Amino acid sequence: MTATATSARSDLSELGRSETALRTFLHGLPGVDQVGAEQRAAQLGTRSIKTTAKAQAIDLAIRMVDLTTLEGADTPGKVRALAAKALRPDPADLSCPHVGAVCVYPAMVPYVAEVLRGSGVHLASVATAFPSGQAPLEVKLADTRAAVAAGADEIDMVINRSAFLSGRYKEVYDEIVATKEACGDAHLKVILETGELATYDNVRRASWLAMLAGGDFIKTSTGKVPVAATLPVSLVMLEAVRDFRAATGRQVGVKPAGGIKTTKDAIKYLVMVNETVGADWLDPDWFRFGASSLLNDLLMQRTKLTTGVYSGPDYFTLD
Amino acid sequence: MSERVAVRKTYKLFIGGKFPRSESGRSYLVQDSNVPLASRKDARDAVLAARAAVKGWAGATAYNRGQILYRVAEMLEGRREQFVALGVPADEVDAAIDRWVWYAGWSDKLPQVYGGANPVAGPYFNLSSPEPTGVVAVVAPEQPALLGLVSVIAPAIVTGNTVVVAASPAQPLAAVTLAEVLATSDLPVGVVNILTGRISETAPTLAAHMDVNAIDLTGVADAELAADLEVKAAQNLKRVLRPAPADHDWTADPGVTRMTTLLETKTVWHPKGV
Repeated sequence: MTATATSARSDLSELGRSETALRTFLHGLPGVDQVGAEQRAAQLGTRSIKTTAKAQAIDLAIRMVDLTTLEGADTPGKVRALAAKALRPDPADLSCPHVGAVCVYPAMVPYVAEVLRGSGVHLASVATAFPSGQAPLEVKLADTRAAVAAGADEIDMVINRSAFLSGRYKEVYDEIVATKEACGDAHLKVILETGELATYDNVRRASWLAMLAGGDFIKTSTGKVPVAATLPVSLVMLEAVRDFRAATGRQVGVKPAGGIKTTKDAIKYLVMVNETVGADWLDPDWFRFGASSLLNDLLMQRTKLTTGVYSGPDYFTLD
Repeated sequence: MSERVAVRKTYKLFIGGKFPRSESGRSYLVQDSNVPLASRKDARDAVLAARAAVKGWAGATAYNRGQILYRVAEMLEGRREQFVALGVPADEVDAAIDRWVWYAGWSDKLPQVYGGANPVAGPYFNLSSPEPTGVVAVVAPEQPALLGLVSVIAPAIVTGNTVVVAASPAQPLAAVTLAEVLATSDLPVGVVNILTGRISETAPTLAAHMDVNAIDLTGVADAELAADLEVKAAQNLKRVLRPAPADHDWTADPGVTRMTTLLETKTVWHPKGV
C-alpha cells in the first residue's frame, strides 16, 4: 500500500499523456496477494450482524440497490413497473426507503424517467455497447449521449477489455475520458468486468486506470458473464479507491454487481466496506449494489424483523 | 491386532437432501444417542428447501410420484432389521411399508376420484382438478413411532406437496432413520425435510411462517399449544389438520381425508364449440 501511495505522489494527471507512462505506473502498482485477499474477504464474511444493526444494514442496503433489468425482453410496461417498485419497494410498509437507482438499457430510459422524475431515485443506463463493448468508439459515444439525452443521470460504461488485455492501456484510458466527456453532468460508472480480467493484479490496474481517467464509480461486472462480483475482487477495488483518495484527494464509489442475491451477501459487503475504506463509503452516493433479486430478499428479511414471522416470496412482486 | 472400534452413528437433521447438524450446534440424548435440537433457523432453512422442491415435485407426473413412493416401500423393506433394532415392532414396520404402497396407489387415482367434469348450464366444459397446496408443515405423532410418521408424510407428499416434518421429540431415531430411507429412494431433494427437537420451538415458527401453506397438527398433544398454532396459522390462511384424538387407531384404513385436506381445487371453464 505504501508503495502505491508513494508512486502516486508524482503528478497522476500527466500519466494519461503517454502509453509508456501509463504502463509504467500500472505495472508498478504492488501485486495483489491472492491468498491473503481471499482469506481477508472470507474472514470479514464471518461477522455476525444482528437485531438493530441488521435492521440498519438492511435499510442501508435497500438505499444502495441499483434495481436492474437488462434483458432483451424488457418492455416499457416492465421497466415502468420496476421503476414504481424502486420508489416504493414495500407498499405495505411506508417506512421502507426507496432504492438508489434504476438501471436499464438506453432504449428504456425515457419510460423510467417519466416515473422517477423528482423522486430522488437516480436513473442509470448502461451504454458503450454494453455488455461486450465491442463496437467502434463513435458508436459507444453516441450510445452514451443518447442515454443522457433521454434522461439518464448515471451512465454505466464497459471498459474495452480487448484493448486492456492486449496491454493497450492508453486506448482504454482515452475511451473512458471520451465517454466521461460525452456524459456531461451525468455520473460515470466504469464497469471493469472483472470476470474477464483473470487476475487480481489486473483488477487493481483496471481500477486505477478507470479512476485516473475520471470515472466517478468503479463497478465489478456486467452480470452477463459467468463470474460476477466476488468478495475478494471487491476488496481489491475498495483498496484501490482508498489508496486513490489518499493519493489524489478524490473519492470514487464502488459498485459490485451480479451474483449478490441474499441479505447475508449484502451485509458481508457492507462489513467489508466499513472495514476497508470506512464509514465515508457507507452511503448510496459512494457504494451501490447492482442487483435485481437482492431487493426481494432484503424486503423479506426486513419484514421478518418488523413482524417477527418469516415472510415468503409470494408477498413481493417478481421484478 | 488391536480390537476394531465400532463406528457410531451421529443422528442429524434432514434438510434439502442433506444431513446437517443443527445450526445452533445443540443436541439432546435419546436412547444413548445424540440427536440434534433443531432451532427456528433450521425450520426456516427447511421451509426454503421445501419451497424450492415444490415446482419439480408438483410438476412430476402422478405416475412418477407413485413409483417413487413405491420405491420408498422397497427401501424400507431392505432396512427392516434396522428399525426393529431401534425398538420398532416388526409388525409395525410391515404396516409402515404397506402404508407407503397403499398411498403410492392413490397418486394417479385421487385426481380421478376428487376431480372431474361438472355439469353446468351453459355451453362449457367445466372441469375440476385437485392440485397440491404447496409446503406442508407436519407435527408427527409420538406413537406409533414409524407407522405414525409414515401415515402423516405419505398422504401429504403423494399429491405433490412438500413437507417439513417436526419429528416427535421422544421418538426421533425412527424419523432420522426414515430420512436415510427417503434419501436413497429417488425422492427429489427437499420434498421431505425432517427436524428433530422440541415441538414448542419448531412448530410455532412453522405455523407462523408466511411461506408455509398448510399445517398438520396431528402430533400436538397439548390442546393449548394446538390452539395457539391454529391462531398463528390463520395469519396466511393455512390449511389446518386438527390434532388426532388420543385413541386414534393407526392400523385402521386411513381413509382419504389426510390427502384431500392438503389439496386445492382448480376449476376450469372452457367454451364448447358447436
